[in-house]
Amino acid sequence: MPMKNVFASRWGIVVVGAVIGILAPVLQKLGNPGNMGICVACMERDMAGALGLHRAEVVQYMRPEIIGFVLGSLIAAYLFKEFRPRVGSAPIVRFILGVFAMIGALVFLGCPWRAMLRLAGGDGNAILGLAGLAFGVWIGTLFLKNGYTLGRTQSTYASVGWILPLIMLGFLALLFVFPQVPGEPKSGVLFYSVKGPGAMHAPVALSLAVGLLVGFLAQRSRFCTMGALRDLILFRHTHLFSGFVSLIVFAFITNLVLGQFKAGFEGQPVAHTQHLWNFLGMALAGLAFALAGGCPGRQLFLAGEGDGDAAVFVLGMIVGAAFSHNFGLASSPQGIGPHGIAGLVVGFAVCLFIGLTMRKKAA
Amino acid sequence: MATTVDARGFSCPQPVLMTLEAIKKGSPQDLVVLVDTDTSKENVMRAAQSQGYTVRDVAPEGEGYRIHIVKG
Repeated sequence: MPMKNVFASRWGIVVVGAVIGILAPVLQKLGNPGNMGICVACMERDMAGALGLHRAEVVQYMRPEIIGFVLGSLIAAYLFKEFRPRVGSAPIVRFILGVFAMIGALVFLGCPWRAMLRLAGGDGNAILGLAGLAFGVWIGTLFLKNGYTLGRTQSTYASVGWILPLIMLGFLALLFVFPQVPGEPKSGVLFYSVKGPGAMHAPVALSLAVGLLVGFLAQRSRFCTMGALRDLILFRHTHLFSGFVSLIVFAFITNLVLGQFKAGFEGQPVAHTQHLWNFLGMALAGLAFALAGGCPGRQLFLAGEGDGDAAVFVLGMIVGAAFSHNFGLASSPQGIGPHGIAGLVVGFAVCLFIGLTMRKKAA
Repeated sequence: MATTVDARGFSCPQPVLMTLEAIKKGSPQDLVVLVDTDTSKENVMRAAQSQGYTVRDVAPEGEGYRIHIVKG
């Protein structure tokens, strides 16, 4: 029998959920924005801003957590001989799903991780987001039951699996070569926010260290928020869901301890109170995650273990963030963007097209 | 001869769906599932156990695993 993976046990996934649930509010305490200790969507959006792909001045920062997620997963995959370079399962479709997953997430203002962290911080709007997420994932399971599949991957050269980790190393190099200059909106080629959420961040080394640890643990445990809901709905399996619940419980406790818990709907950090759009934004994101086979965090961890298709999804999300801000699709604390509704309509149409047409006929 | 499900190249939940479908279809005594990632291996084993099957053997095969499950 191959070596037993302790993190694949129920105990393992609960511990990993707890570690993330504790570390995220701690990162917030150390400087990250409110209820955004970790948010894959927001952080990738900030990276798109740092690169100048969009020029929303308040959300520009090369987030070391994301870099750490990919590299931590890569390290774990190599240590445990699970690095399997593979690619070729409808990459262009994954790119587009990444784009619209991000557009939906930025209507809500957060990925599933942040939705949980917002709930654990007392933000009632997150209830709408999480309900929307479950709704979107549920639609995705209907497609899965009817034979939806993106097709098989093929194994490939190790270098293919290395592309996204190398991109992340390149981003890390840029961060070190062009470090933030206090009060300056630009350092070398990188953009930095001087105010707003993009200006709020924990020290670089700590962000990177937490990112590496979470990436390592999540690779071992296969932690996935979309998968948690999908497996619960599709199979009544509670394995991943127990990690999901653990994250919320431990983040809630940590927020109480750190004095970061504030219950209510109004005046929550980086959030708006338009319930319908919170619900539908996350529903679109949930549907896109379900069709792509993983939440944004999971896509980073998969990319770290050599999945080139997950890497394409990640790049789609980063490009989607650029579209979101350039086209006025992203929400702000004042509410949805001028074209946010149009973005959702197009996104649902695209996801339904993909879900309905990519079906293997029953044998 | 055991029924074989070739789930190589598919990412989850497909390998689990394919395994459950094979179980539902014929309720076979023996089932062999081929997968190519550790995640799929763990998920298929967990799903089989939830259906009252026992994992008889997991062997590395090619770049993946051959999972042999039996009823009861």
